[in-house]
Amino acid sequence: MIALTYIRYELLRTFRNRRFFIISLAFPLILYFVIALPNRNVSDVGGSGIAAPLYFMVGLASFGTMGAMLSCGARIATERAAGWNRQLRITPLSPRTYFRAKVLTAYLMALVSMAVLFAAGTSLGVSLSASQWLKMIALMLVGLIPFAALGIAIGHLLTPDSIGPALGGGVSVFAFLGGTWFPLPTHGFIHSLAQNLPSYWLVQASHVALGGRPWSAHAWVVIAAWTAVLSAVAMWAYGRDTRRV
Amino acid sequence: MSNAVLDRAAAAQSGGIQLRGLSKSFRGPRGPIEAVKGIDVEIAAGETVALLGPNGAGKSTTIDMLLGLLPPDSGSVTVFGRSPAEAISAGAIGAMFQSGGLVRDLSVRELVTMMASLYPRPLGVEEVLDLTGSIDYASQRTQKLSGGQTQRVRFAVALISNPELLVLDEPTVAMDVEGRRAFWETMRAFAAGGRTIVFATHYLEEADAYADRAILMAHGSVVADGPTTEIRAMVGSRRIRATLPGVDLQALGALAGVTSAERRGESIVLVCSDSDEAIRALLQTHPEARDIEITAAGLEEAFLALTGDGPQPPSVAPAPERAS
Repeated sequence: MIALTYIRYELLRTFRNRRFFIISLAFPLILYFVIALPNRNVSDVGGSGIAAPLYFMVGLASFGTMGAMLSCGARIATERAAGWNRQLRITPLSPRTYFRAKVLTAYLMALVSMAVLFAAGTSLGVSLSASQWLKMIALMLVGLIPFAALGIAIGHLLTPDSIGPALGGGVSVFAFLGGTWFPLPTHGFIHSLAQNLPSYWLVQASHVALGGRPWSAHAWVVIAAWTAVLSAVAMWAYGRDTRRV
Repeated sequence: MSNAVLDRAAAAQSGGIQLRGLSKSFRGPRGPIEAVKGIDVEIAAGETVALLGPNGAGKSTTIDMLLGLLPPDSGSVTVFGRSPAEAISAGAIGAMFQSGGLVRDLSVRELVTMMASLYPRPLGVEEVLDLTGSIDYASQRTQKLSGGQTQRVRFAVALISNPELLVLDEPTVAMDVEGRRAFWETMRAFAAGGRTIVFATHYLEEADAYADRAILMAHGSVVADGPTTEIRAMVGSRRIRATLPGVDLQALGALAGVTSAERRGESIVLVCSDSDEAIRALLQTHPEARDIEITAAGLEEAFLALTGDGPQPPSVAPAPERAS
């Protein structure tokens, strides 16, 4: 079942939600200008070899897109609390289509968030070739897969009351340890910890500007492992939730 | 449309709904709680059946198993010859739960359209909005609706699939008197199309007025099952009231078909196990009796007698408990 009409209305109602615009679009955008504008002439942020407008553009795009992916969980939690999932379960809508609609919605929100930040970055002088842009976007979309699973998992595990702090806290920790706000040290404990987080590799997508490969083989393994584990958790959470409502 | 008629005919042939030996326990703070204790129920296609009982009787658990939302510990459910999951995939079931809201940021019309798109043979969106009275606020966002309006939209969501089986779990619990009346009128019109309807309620008058048949549940078991008129007859509490001054109460109480007699001023009230026999006996022995009324007890009294919850009419033997 393709359920195009269902997915279309899911998107429509997501984009009508004001909270989405504030959390996913306005907040990272404002932070970007606050951080990058005074440093717009810094050509190498903290030894990363990347100029400030680009570094913070990708950093805050990571922050915004992680929030966009996880806010899918906030919507699921609210719908569960309203008993809407029970209503959906007595329709022919398959769990597969349900998840597809949720993930697609989350990704479209992430793309909008990226587009806004990339436009802001361009206004501060970020200049990449078309292939660099495409490569960077592609890497970020891959890096967001674990967060799609995490969003579904927390949506089925948490209540609308607890999901706000979990979401805010989770994104902050992932962003901080991923190097969103400043480049992390290149060795030591924080470095080895960060290298095993998906958010670190989201931020590393900015390395397309330096040529070569922004992601090592380790990066792909990290993303794959987080995806596998979080998908299993999401499936378990969904199963547990639907066994006894 | 002819397709739907054919399907309805097929549904009628495939023998309605069977619940066989259905049991479900939940973990409670003091050991397992048996919510449903091995019930057997057969519902023919086209019947309107009330599942009647107090809170905690097992009605909602039974409905969840009927809908396939809850796996039974033992026993089986068949809906028109299929499993609940298959019936749901075919879009043959519509349901309205006891509580629940709507998703926000869509208009009523958009929400119903979205749900309609999930079914193979939905009814028309405008038709259902009209039928449920939601048409007046079809352009409103769902989060701006009043409680009563939300209920009507939830009813529209239950009907949109054009279901063979409509399941309603205490649908009128949050409605005011007027809303309740309008709801049942709509439901009745919908049932007239030959659909099967199962609704849980603890409003006895609703079962009495709108169901062909009532299944009384208490403590996880079926304590009575039959046409609503039969349920009343089962507890045998019809009453004869007549003006009959200065008569011997003990003699009246001994009449055939009478279980007890009492005096209320000038008149007497006989509680009967068989009111037909009792009225004949009364007129034979007391032809001077005037202003005779025979009334059936409400389902309420029948219910209290059968479930053993609350005060029982002394004349009535408790229904046999199911062995469990």
